Amino acid sequence: MRPPAGASPRGALNWLRVRLFATPLDAVVTLACLALLAWTVPRILGWAVFHATWTGASRDACQGSGGACWAFVTARFGQFIYGFYPLAERWRVDIAGLWLVLLILVAAGPPWRGKRAAVLGLGVPLPAGAALLLLGGVAGLPLVETREWGGLMLTVVLAVAAGAIALPFGILLALGRQSGLPLVRSVAIAFIEFWRGVPILAVIFLASILLPLILPSGVTVDKLVRAIVGLALVVGAYMAEAVRGGLQSMPPGQAEAAKALGLGYWLTTRHIVLPQALRIALPALVNEFIALLKNTTLVLIVSLLDLLGIGQAALADPKWVGLTAEAYSFAGAVFWILCFGMSRYSLRMERRFAKAQAR
Amino acid sequence: MPTRRSTLARWFFDVRLRSYAAQAALVAALLWLVWSAVANAVANLAKQGVATGFGFLGTVSGFDISVKLVAYGPGSTYGRALFVAVLNTLLVSAIGIVLATSIGFALGIARLARNWLLSRLAGAYVEFARNIPLLLFVFIWYYGVLTALPPPRTGHALFGAVFLNNRGLVLPAAQDGSAFWAVPVAILAGIGMLAALRAHRRRHPERFGAAPSLTVTLGLALGLPILAAVAAALAVRWDVPRLQGFNVRGGVVLNPEFVALCLALATYTSAFIAEIVRAGILAVGEGQRDAAKALGLPPGLTLRLVVIPQALRAILPPLANQYLNLIKNSSFGAAIAFPEIVQVFVGTALNQTGQAIEIIGLTLAIYLAINLSVSLLMNWYNHRMRLVTR
Repeated sequence: MRPPAGASPRGALNWLRVRLFATPLDAVVTLACLALLAWTVPRILGWAVFHATWTGASRDACQGSGGACWAFVTARFGQFIYGFYPLAERWRVDIAGLWLVLLILVAAGPPWRGKRAAVLGLGVPLPAGAALLLLGGVAGLPLVETREWGGLMLTVVLAVAAGAIALPFGILLALGRQSGLPLVRSVAIAFIEFWRGVPILAVIFLASILLPLILPSGVTVDKLVRAIVGLALVVGAYMAEAVRGGLQSMPPGQAEAAKALGLGYWLTTRHIVLPQALRIALPALVNEFIALLKNTTLVLIVSLLDLLGIGQAALADPKWVGLTAEAYSFAGAVFWILCFGMSRYSLRMERRFAKAQAR
Repeated sequence: MPTRRSTLARWFFDVRLRSYAAQAALVAALLWLVWSAVANAVANLAKQGVATGFGFLGTVSGFDISVKLVAYGPGSTYGRALFVAVLNTLLVSAIGIVLATSIGFALGIARLARNWLLSRLAGAYVEFARNIPLLLFVFIWYYGVLTALPPPRTGHALFGAVFLNNRGLVLPAAQDGSAFWAVPVAILAGIGMLAALRAHRRRHPERFGAAPSLTVTLGLALGLPILAAVAAALAVRWDVPRLQGFNVRGGVVLNPEFVALCLALATYTSAFIAEIVRAGILAVGEGQRDAAKALGLPPGLTLRLVVIPQALRAILPPLANQYLNLIKNSSFGAAIAFPEIVQVFVGTALNQTGQAIEIIGLTLAIYLAINLSVSLLMNWYNHRMRLVTR
């Protein structure tokens, strides 16, 4: 008997016939794809690996190799990661980075008895702690001005700071949008739709120009803070929509049962609604965070040099001029690894909830 | 017997009174925030000696714009500059949407192909493109590809009529485009005839059945405009670019910023559209296909009458969202000095006039207006396509 259509074909030859050479057209498509791969893959590998130059002091070291000049990246590696952060103080960035990585590992890791306490203990002091550590000026740490920050470190600072502001802000907005009070609801809707309707690049411009204007004269706002505020406004509005998705998927019986037990609005929200809604909204929130991480590159237009910006700036160095492919490959690879990792995590969460729902 | 509370306590626990108080407090706080921000801004701007009001729109701008669809020069006004910039944003968005939709649909369908290699390649591209910042796409296309092209003399040429070099993409230009009015006329005529045909068939369902055949539909909707375009192209005289000395002369030049921005928007957004298309097609239940087969519908009709209409219903809302994103993302042109709204207005005009509040307000208002009109259009279409349950 023939296996039903769609069943996985057995045997290597059979698999080849069904999945690659089922019809003449399929065979042509397969051969075209193979030709494309045969043409590109050896070239890319040859450029990036076999003919590449890994060390050297200037692009002269790579002359005539016909491959990638990774010497550019290795020579500038410190700058790509830390920006212009003073060499002797870079350990502070390392500690802040390790702190963040530890928090992420614990939070995304398997559940255990003390997990909640560990996440709170690591996460709550992180914003203030990392800010003090990186900025310095207290406890014997020399002050490192934000204009010396840059590279991957600046990218992470922007994303984490803007995300940490945007999440609670977005939760409040989402609650406002679901509120029974008409004025609160209209204010939340207007706010969310406004920031979702304008380009994030224009908002970063706006924050950098308008913030100093609308504050009383004499008050100055750091350029980095302005960029964070601009990013947080837009991301907050998007996160509000993600949280709303979670709130709307809650069965109304949950809140009604809490009300019947005599819990007020805030107690119900805090203990019954939000814990469940946020768990449902988590994959969507992670996706918003990925978008935020990608959009941090836009701070280039207010002349903050994040990972991509510092690569772009390094291309102007006469010693390394013209190495666009190397600079973009490096920046692209770092962004890709971070974003792809997060998107896999979000997918895993989604599947786990789908399984839990099905039970 | 209920305990008696004092009037004050009764007020304090009155739910309606509480909600009024909370809302009044919110509005008061917002008004105070806005008022103090505006007051500070007015004071700060006055101290810098910056003019207020929209009078500047009528004054001479003094700068030129490299890409313009309508007449513009340094002697034109700021208002005219804004108009040119809005047209540029719309042009880039329109081209980006057409390219991204075609690439995205092709990728999405390729991901579902039975051919393992094809679906894997499409999947690899989608995963590659979705996890990289759009700004990197813009830089790769602009600095990595278009400005790195050879100069005109050694640049690429296609059929001796299309040139690609570090000055941009040079295409043949119609010397007198008036004959192309036939194309929109043909589109309208095609739609009109199709509507008339449908109405006629609906009046006599016993003779024809409800829908015109695919050939007739495509012929009227696509064939008629294509025929008109071909006829118009043959009728007009073309200004064909040619290599002369060190440069390409004649034709219409699309500068590198323009080409790079269009390609970056298309290659980035197409990955998201591909995912939407794939999810939409997968959302049509297996049972639908089985039922169509059981009714004896051939595969072509199954696709056209059963799968596509249902998939479109799942595809359209997120697709509209991607179109809105693409329009907003056209502002990334500011990073490579392509003269779109943000670059011309928040960049150049703001630098020259210093009128931050008016210029930023106007810019945001334009984006909100564009967004609103696209979402209204898509909502109207969604409403027409919705599932009618009885």
